[in-house]
Parts: sequence; structure tokens; C-alpha cells
Amino acid sequence: MSELILPALAVSILVPLAGAAWLRIMHDPNRARQQSLIVCCMTMFCAMTAALLYWSQPEIAPAAIDPFARIFGGPVFAIDGINAPLIPLVALLFLLTSLASLHTRGQQFSFTRMLLSEGVLLALLSCKHPWVLVVLLVGQATFPWFELRALRKSTSVYMLHMSLFAGCLIIGQAICSTSRGDHPPALGIVLLAAAVLIRSGVVPLHCWMSDLFENASLRNALLFVTPMVGAYAAVRLVFPLSPEWLLRVIIVLTTVTALYAAGMALVQRESRRFFCYLFLSHSSLVLIGLGTASPLAITGALCVWISVALALTGFGLTIRAVEARIGRLSLADFSGLYEQFPNLAVQFLITGLASIGFPGTIGFVGAELLVDGAIQRLPLLGVAIVIGSALNGLAVLHAYFHLFTGIRRPTLPDLKSRPLERIAVVTFIVLVVGGGLYPQPGITSRYMAAEKLVEERGVRFPAAKKEHVQLWSQLRENHDTTVEE
Amino acid sequence: MPSLEHLFEWLGYGAVLAPALLVAVIGLPLAIGYPLSEKGMARATQIAVFTGLSCCIAILVLMLSTGIRDVPIEMRDWVTLPKQAHFQLHFSFDFDRLSVPFAILSYVLVGTIGAFASRYLHREPGYNRFFLLNAIFLLGMIIATISRTIETLFLGWELVGLSSALLVAYFHERKAPVINGQRVWSIYRVADAAFLIAAVALHHMHGEGQFAAMVGQWPEVSASADLVTPEQALIVGLLLLIAVAGKSALIPFSGWLPRAMEGPTPSSAIFYGALSVHLGTFLLLRFSPLLSRSPTLCCIVIALGIATAFLASLSARVQSDVKTALAFASLMQVGIITAEIGVAGLLPRRWGYAMEYFALVHIIGHACLRTLQLLRAPNLLHDYHALENAIGAHLPSRSGLRAPGRFQVFLYRLGIERGYLDAIIDEYVVRPFVAVCRWFDGLERRWTDSIEGKRPSAAGEHLPPLTTEELS
Repeated sequence: MSELILPALAVSILVPLAGAAWLRIMHDPNRARQQSLIVCCMTMFCAMTAALLYWSQPEIAPAAIDPFARIFGGPVFAIDGINAPLIPLVALLFLLTSLASLHTRGQQFSFTRMLLSEGVLLALLSCKHPWVLVVLLVGQATFPWFELRALRKSTSVYMLHMSLFAGCLIIGQAICSTSRGDHPPALGIVLLAAAVLIRSGVVPLHCWMSDLFENASLRNALLFVTPMVGAYAAVRLVFPLSPEWLLRVIIVLTTVTALYAAGMALVQRESRRFFCYLFLSHSSLVLIGLGTASPLAITGALCVWISVALALTGFGLTIRAVEARIGRLSLADFSGLYEQFPNLAVQFLITGLASIGFPGTIGFVGAELLVDGAIQRLPLLGVAIVIGSALNGLAVLHAYFHLFTGIRRPTLPDLKSRPLERIAVVTFIVLVVGGGLYPQPGITSRYMAAEKLVEERGVRFPAAKKEHVQLWSQLRENHDTTVEE
Repeated sequence: MPSLEHLFEWLGYGAVLAPALLVAVIGLPLAIGYPLSEKGMARATQIAVFTGLSCCIAILVLMLSTGIRDVPIEMRDWVTLPKQAHFQLHFSFDFDRLSVPFAILSYVLVGTIGAFASRYLHREPGYNRFFLLNAIFLLGMIIATISRTIETLFLGWELVGLSSALLVAYFHERKAPVINGQRVWSIYRVADAAFLIAAVALHHMHGEGQFAAMVGQWPEVSASADLVTPEQALIVGLLLLIAVAGKSALIPFSGWLPRAMEGPTPSSAIFYGALSVHLGTFLLLRFSPLLSRSPTLCCIVIALGIATAFLASLSARVQSDVKTALAFASLMQVGIITAEIGVAGLLPRRWGYAMEYFALVHIIGHACLRTLQLLRAPNLLHDYHALENAIGAHLPSRSGLRAPGRFQVFLYRLGIERGYLDAIIDEYVVRPFVAVCRWFDGLERRWTDSIEGKRPSAAGEHLPPLTTEELS
């Protein structure tokens, strides 16, 4: 069955690309919307099949069957412990986002672009070869630029940051590729790390994200940022090569970002910017966990990655559903929308609380692991994560109160959520709550992936590996001593 | 004939699952748009409370008759990591001499409030919302009370906090309850953060989260508690004390309690008069062996308790509405209970246990009395008129100690301003924080506007409406 993994993966990448080409020649926007939903369903099915086939036999590596391996001198596309849950997750995000889309005219181009970006994103998440990954990263970053242009919005801010990102990425990879030996030059790795940090929206180079959320469509902005491609690039390109000092720099910058974005989310007066900063704060936690390079914190980071992607997409779709009915949402006043949209109010609350790791939701265990692992490296780091999480919790309820409480507007018609919108958001809720009540399978797979990452890094940095092994032995000894007593 | 062990297990499951099922029974129909009728909700609450209460009482009777002092109920391993023996999240419960009375108290009071609210809130638009939040609160209280591990307690702690904040903002058409609800939530988040850090620190010290292993089976101290140094006990204890102060409205977080009176009378009675406000002192009792490791910590607890009681007593005397006066009266008792627990930590073991039992009895008695007083609060004027009609004259004014002249004015102002605590927090914490964040926000906007060649826009400036494509 392992020989079917790559074909399933290939089909999951090719189906949305073929679907995008097909929709390009279709003129009826309503049919285009229906066809795109079918394409998303097929993509989801193939992605799920590839992931399940991998999990049924995770120890077998299908890289030998990769037809591109001979051309590029190594495996190009593969499924492993890191991307096995990400590929079906992204397919699910695109499917549910399409499901919740409104029936409006002039959507033909947006569905085509959406399917194209889905195909590129799936290819990116399946990619292991550094140069192919670089090309896909740069390519994926162009889609929002096209959208901003189509909407006749300024692209300066976005272009400035993405040009910097692309430049650092290409030059950094070029330096690292041309070096010989296990330790590439520091300049190359620093440039790669800089590229990853820009793409992840780390302070102070994060303004492109708030600009994107303000000016682009919320759906496309969500689909662009929530898969956290920057974190994936960090895992594939930066983490295996980074020395300890660079990881510490990454930890400091991402911790500052997490706290800064949490504070900024609290003072926003506009819902899209609020969402952007909330997302930034959460996504920084993933990089913090990766930066600690400890199996426990990395496990937490990988769990938070999935929980944030799911919960915040659901949260974003809820905001989008309300916005689609009444326009821009202000957080300066109390809008009194509860009476109009009671279901959306509950969905907003549940997905918002799930994103901050409320107990009983999918993010809670990941957050616990992250805090636990971070405290082992540096106690203040764990404290910073907890403070950031507390501020985010404040921000979520602050937004809820400002949107849904207050005097009901008598002029608004009664606009309940449509069945498909409700299915999309309820699916998110079921996943985040179900994953919270029964997290063990997910945690085990993330832990295996984290161990493998640390092992691979240990080959290049044996001193760091030795330090970790000593730390874990000490902890195990302490635990055994307590149990005996 | 089932064994005693199996009987305890079934009863334990019954006590925990009753409120969980209640949340599902009320919440799921509401979520899909077909809520239960008022009668259905009231009946479901009655059945759940009766079932849970019966299970708890049965456990108590069996414990008393068999002399068993501790009944652990293992649910399952929530999370274990392969090869990482030191990290486990375990879902388990424990019926002991602290948790059983508290659980029974929770069921009795929630049941009483449910019966009261089914009539008090009849035909209110938020009837469904009240009963759902009430069910979530009950679930949180039961989980927190009978939890055996710190992670399970944290789950209950958070559920109580969320339901409390949303109930303060129950009358959400008005601004004041919503602003106060936001305030309550803010204080709770600070408390939650402190609790989480303390929980992780304790987990690290002991390698697991069970109370019996960390501090011992209440009120006895375990051997592993003696492994904690006084310095460690002080640091962890201070973090727990912040959590307790937030939840129980001790200084400097006392400001939220009178604000919480914005909620409906049934929720004020049960949450802020009886159960939620005592959850902090419950946590302090649960970790009382840790207190006894650090005399400094005990002194801080006593000082905090006494200071809170003094300030609350002052404030209660100068309030002009009955619910706020009762809130401060409640806070005064909570302060005294806190001081009692601190004193217990300083006493020799036997006397310390007796003091802790005294604090527990104080909690239960106070909770019941305050629930009654708060439920009767809306009728207070009617009661006074009935009394005056009966005696045929005005009621005599209160006499007692009076402070001298200018000092009286100072004390009056201190009381009416509630110790200036809210003003201090607003002036020295909230405003600087918001000002700094808004300054950065302005800086970012100016920077992006300069790149785009636009004129600088202000944060509150009116943004153009979204187009159809942007809304897609």
C-alpha cells in the first residue's frame, strides 16, 4: 500500500491545478462555484487518502518511488511525520472556506485563483527539496499580490516585505547550497532565518500582514496565512541547520512578537486588524516551540500549529459571515448583533476560546506541552507564553462583547447563517472540541515527528543533542524518585 | 452484588457525568436552533442536580459508614507521551473530606438557584442563556471541587470563570453590565495565568500533577510536600495566592465583586455570594500543606485576608444599594476565611487541621447564609415596610463605634471609593498599557501610509465600506 502514497499525494496536488485551469474557461460564476466545491472535495479525499496510507505504515519511506528524485538528486515530494497532518488540514481549510462562501456574482476569478493557490500550497507542504521549496514559497507569495492588484489596492507594503522575503530566501539558500560540509556559512542560515521570520510576520516586519487583512478579501487572507507556511519553511530549511545562538535569537524575536501582537489585538478598533494580531500572536508560539529544540516543546508547537490553523480559520470564517451581512465591523462601539446572529455569536466564542487553548479544546494540551517544554529551557519563556495567552483571551472576549452585545439595531433584517455556513463552522467546532477531549492520537504522532526532528538536528549538532539527553535523564530521575517516595 | 469499589466508581461517575450531560442536553438543542422549552430546561436541571446530589450523598454515607477517607475515581489518561514518563495529563477525581462537602454544597445551591430562576427569569429573553451558563458553571464547580490532579482542577477553574463573566454581562443590551463583565474576565485571566504558572511549576517539582503526591491527602501532609524547600513553597504559594486573590476578590482585585452584581439576582447569589467567590479559598485549603512549608507565606495570607476584611467592612457600611452592600459583606467573610487558612499554616499540625476544618465549616455556613440574603435582596424594602408596619414605628437606626471627626471622613471616602483599588489599577496598569499599544498602532499606520504614499490616517478614522470582492 505504501506505493500508493505518492500517487495519492500527486493527485491531491494536480486536482486543484487542473480544476483551476478548467474554471478559467468557464463563464458561469454559479457553476464555477459549484465546480470548485467538487474539486475541493476531491482534493480533500486524495489528501486524506495519502495521509491515512502514510499513517498505516509510517516506518516505510516512499521516497524511492519519487520520479523527481533522479532529476534533483534527492527526494522532492514526500509525506513524513511533519506534513502528514498538514496536507489534509490545508485541503480541509480550503474546502470549508469554499463551503462558507457567499453566492455573489463576479466570483469566477477568485475561485480560479483559490484553486491554483491550493495546488501550489499542497505542493509546498509536500516538498522536501530545498530549492523546489524556495521556488514554491516565492510562487505562493505572489497570489495575494495579484488579488490586491485586481482590487485596485496599493501593493507597496506587501511587495516591499515579500521582495525582502524572496531576496533573503534565494540568496540564503544559494549560500547554503554552494557550501560543502555539514555546517553551512552563518550568513546563509541567518538570511534563511530572516526570510522565515518575515514570512511569519515577526515584529518589526509584520505590517504586510495587517495591510493584507485590511485590503484583501478576508477569505484569501485567511487561506494565505493560516497554514503557517513560514513555520513549515522553518522546519525544513532553518531548524536543521541553525546553531544554538540563532535559535535563541529566533526565540527572543518570536516571544516579543507574541506579546506585542497580543497587546495590539486588545487595542484594535477594527475586526480584521484584531484578527490579524490575534493570529500573529498565536503563530509566534509555534516558532517559539521550534526554537527551543526540545522534543516536548516541539511537540507542543506542532500541536499548537494544527489547533491554531483550525480554530482561527473557524474564527475568521465567523467574522467573515458577520461582515458579509453588515459590512466592516467596528470594535469601538457595542454593535448589539447577538439578537440577529445568536448562532454566530456562539460560534465566535467557541472558536475564539479554542484558539487560546481553553481547556477542553484542541489547543489546551498543545499549550500545556509548549509551556512545560519552554519552562525547562528558560522559566521566563514559559511565563511569557502564559502572559501572551492571557492577553489573547482578554482580546477574544473584548471582541465578542463589542460585536455581539449592546442595543439591538432595529433596522437590520433578520439574517441567520445559511446551512452551508453553519456546516462549515460546526465542522471546525466539532474538530476543535473533539480534538480537545480525545487528543492522544494527535499528540503521539506529533511527538514522534518532534523526536525525529531533534534526532536529525542531533546529527549536525551533537553537543546540543547531548545536552538534551542529559536534561531528559535528569527529569526522568526526578520523576522516578518522587514515585518511589 | 457489586463490590464497594464498583459502587464508589458508579456513584463517582454519576456525580461527574450529571452536570456534563446537563450541558449537552441544554447546549446541543440550543446550538442547532431548537432549544428546549423553559419547563424542559428547568426539569433537566432538576434531574441533573438530583442525580448528582444523590450520588454525592451516597458516597458520603458510604465513606462515613466504612471509615474510608479517600475515594479516588480514575477516569483515564488524558495524555501520555511515549518515553516521557514525567509528562502526563491525567483525568481523575477524588472524593475526600474537602471535596465531598463542597460538591454537596454546589449541588444544593445550584439546585436552589435553578428552582428560583425558573420563576424569577420566566419569559426573560435570556432564559435559555442563563440556564446554559448555569449548567456550565455547575460542571466547572464539580470538576474543580472533586479533581484529583491540578490539570483537572484547572479545567473546572476556567469553566467557572467563563460562565461567571458571561453571566455578569447577562443584561447585554446595556453597556454597564458588559463593561463590568469584561472587567471580571480580565481579573480572572490574571488569576488563570498565575494558576497555570504555579501548576506547571508544581508539576515540574514533583513530576506529576496529583494533589496526593504533591501536597498530601487533605488535610494531612505528604512526605513529598516536605521535599519542597521554603523558598520554592513561597514562590509557588505566591503565584497560587494571586490566583486565589483574583478568584475570591481579595485585595487588590476586590473591585470586580460589586461590579458582578450587575448580573441577575440568582447568579449574584450563587456565583458571587456563595460558590465562585469561595473557589479561591477552596484552592487555598487544597494547597494548605504547601502553606505550612513557608511561615512567610502564611503571614502574607493572613495579612491579605485581614486587609481585605477591613476594606470590605468599610465599603459595606457606605453602600447605597443592598446587593452591593451584601457583596462587600460577603467579601469581608472571605477575607476572614483566608486569614483563618493562613493561621492554620502557622499552627502545629493537629491544631492546624482543626483550623482548616473550621475554615471549611465557615465557608459552607457563609455560602448558605449569603445565598439566602442575596435571593431575598430584591424584597428587602418590602420586608422593611412589613416590619415597620408590624411594630408601628420606624426601625431604630444602627448604633456602634464611630471614628472621630476627620478620620471618619477619610474612612468614608476610602469606603465609597472601595479603597481606590480600581482607580489605581486603571491609572497605573491599564492606561499606560493601552497608551503604549495605541502609540505603536499609530506608528505602524503612519509607516504603512508613508510607504503607500497616503496621508497619515488615525486609528479611529472612518474606513471606507468594503466592496463585494473584499467581502467574498
